Amino acid sequence: MKAIYVDNNATTRVDPMVLDAMLPYFNDFYGNPSSMHSFGGEVAHKIDEARIKVASLVNASPDEIVFTSCGTESNSTAIHATISSIPDKKHIITSRVEHPAVKNLCEYLSKKGYRITFVPVDRKGMLDVDYLYNSLTDDTAIVSIMWANNETGMIFPIEEISQVVKQKGIVFHTDAVQAAGKVPVDVDKSKVDMLSLSGHKIHAPKGVGALFVRKGTRFSPFLIGGHQEGGRRGGTENVVSIIGLGKASELAENHLEEVTTRVGQLRDKLESELLRRIPNSMINGDSENRLPNTTSISFEYVEGESILLMIDEFGICASSGSACTSGSLEPSHVLRAMGVPFTAAHGSIRFSLSIYNTEEEIDFIIEKLPPIIEHLRNLSPFWK
Amino acid sequence: MWEYTEKVKDHFLNPRNVGVIEDADGIGEVGSLACGDALKLTIKLDNSKKINDAKFQTFGCASAIASSSALTEMIKGLTVDEADKITNNDIAQYLGGLPKEKMHCSVMGRDALEKAIANYRGEPDKVAEGEIVCECFGITDLEIERAVKENSLKTVEDVTGFVKAGGGCGNCHDAIQKIIASVNGTLPKEKRKPVELTNIQKIRLVEETLKREIKPALRKDGGDIELVDFADNTVFVKLCGTCSTCSASQVTLKHYVETKIKELVSPELVVEEVLQ
Repeated sequence: MKAIYVDNNATTRVDPMVLDAMLPYFNDFYGNPSSMHSFGGEVAHKIDEARIKVASLVNASPDEIVFTSCGTESNSTAIHATISSIPDKKHIITSRVEHPAVKNLCEYLSKKGYRITFVPVDRKGMLDVDYLYNSLTDDTAIVSIMWANNETGMIFPIEEISQVVKQKGIVFHTDAVQAAGKVPVDVDKSKVDMLSLSGHKIHAPKGVGALFVRKGTRFSPFLIGGHQEGGRRGGTENVVSIIGLGKASELAENHLEEVTTRVGQLRDKLESELLRRIPNSMINGDSENRLPNTTSISFEYVEGESILLMIDEFGICASSGSACTSGSLEPSHVLRAMGVPFTAAHGSIRFSLSIYNTEEEIDFIIEKLPPIIEHLRNLSPFWK
Repeated sequence: MWEYTEKVKDHFLNPRNVGVIEDADGIGEVGSLACGDALKLTIKLDNSKKINDAKFQTFGCASAIASSSALTEMIKGLTVDEADKITNNDIAQYLGGLPKEKMHCSVMGRDALEKAIANYRGEPDKVAEGEIVCECFGITDLEIERAVKENSLKTVEDVTGFVKAGGGCGNCHDAIQKIIASVNGTLPKEKRKPVELTNIQKIRLVEETLKREIKPALRKDGGDIELVDFADNTVFVKLCGTCSTCSASQVTLKHYVETKIKELVSPELVVEEVLQ
């Protein structure tokens, strides 16, 4: 059975062109980029090329890009680097809807003597910007707010927020893992000091990420070791994946327009048809200010895991904010922060598209999902 | 992804005995929308007092639906006394096992069966006696104790997997640990001291709970609630605003208002609506 993959905010397929770019560096050109011989030196050149491509995706300068192992490492590095370089400041501001990579790190730091402000969002998932501004103090070390949310696709006004935060001389970091490649991300137009990227969300392999660190930002490495990455991250480079990330960044830049137009139209069709055909369904989030590839829809009175397993029978791959799918017993912290009622949060499904999705696939989902929801509702004691 | 057995998948994709028996001899309802799973079980007996029909309706994940479906198959043909002996483990085993984190689905089946049998026998509903330990899911010390005993549970994680307790905010983990220790004989069993409330205290607490917890929640959806009367542990309320015309108001009443009041005031209270 062919997989209909609409779970691209979880991970993406490696683009065939990315794979082709990577393959020679497994066993033909396997030199260490730090070596003095030209066999290694050639590999170092390829890393430089990749750095230029990644920098171009976010309009940075190549020496402002540090390669890491994943988005989580980029986030951890940004926050740790800041708080360890200004140890007397003990306040961190973030949002209630961050990815666990930031949320759980902040919760951990709150046990280590840091005061954390979790900025709330409204019913549509939009950040309470005034709350954030009112929380800025002389003691604030760093503000870390995601560029776009992974579950709802909501985009936060990072350019505006970063201006205000920087005016106060406070370090600003953004987790742009979901935004890059889906909406324009330009570090030149915003005042962000640091910005996290992940490879496997933009058709590069898993296990590689990057951190933009603006020139002049106080920084100390998270992984201490060799002189790699200009002394900003020790450890021999994940050469093959870095080359893949470079190629994927180049492709992402070229595909950006297709994502905002064709993919956006497919998402809109999927969303409007499901809402039209299935009663008691609603979008979590706002149709404005949203990633073009993402929709989170709640189907009341049914439970998300059941929906996922039923669509799995047709090869449809999506995800859910329901409690049962996570192994925890509570539904997604993002939906709860938005005040989505439990009746709807348990039955939420996220579809996240990519340029590989076709209209036939979207039509297939539109055909298969309504009877599944009806079947599950007929099993439910709450459905009348 | 969960590792479900073929039998779980089969009962999930092809559930047996879905529905409600209209003239049922026993009805058992457990769970709520808020908790993420709920089960309504109805049973019908024949002349020889054997269960000859059982039907279910379930809101929940695959293992909740499969456990409910399996339960209806298991109890058909049994006498009530025989059915009463079925444990949550029997349900899980019938399905070839459940992931540890999903054992609470089999517990839900057992609880619904117990309630349906109590309902048939005309016994009072054995609602959450004991003291609430887990506020998030409204689980009492007695329920935790029973799960620990019947399934030889050793850790807080085990308890969460079986009865959900401790799966929310985590504030009750110490209390759960103590119960595990006391059941396993590593701690002297503490005597429970049930708190006896007077009627006046109950009314005051009900009013406070309505004001502080329930009204703000209902008002978010344009509804409201008022206390009309209190007698014999029954709280009589009037639903106002959008609640009065809402088709889900009975769900709200039983699964939200009553649960909150049981949780925050006293587990013996029931809530009834006064129609306008």
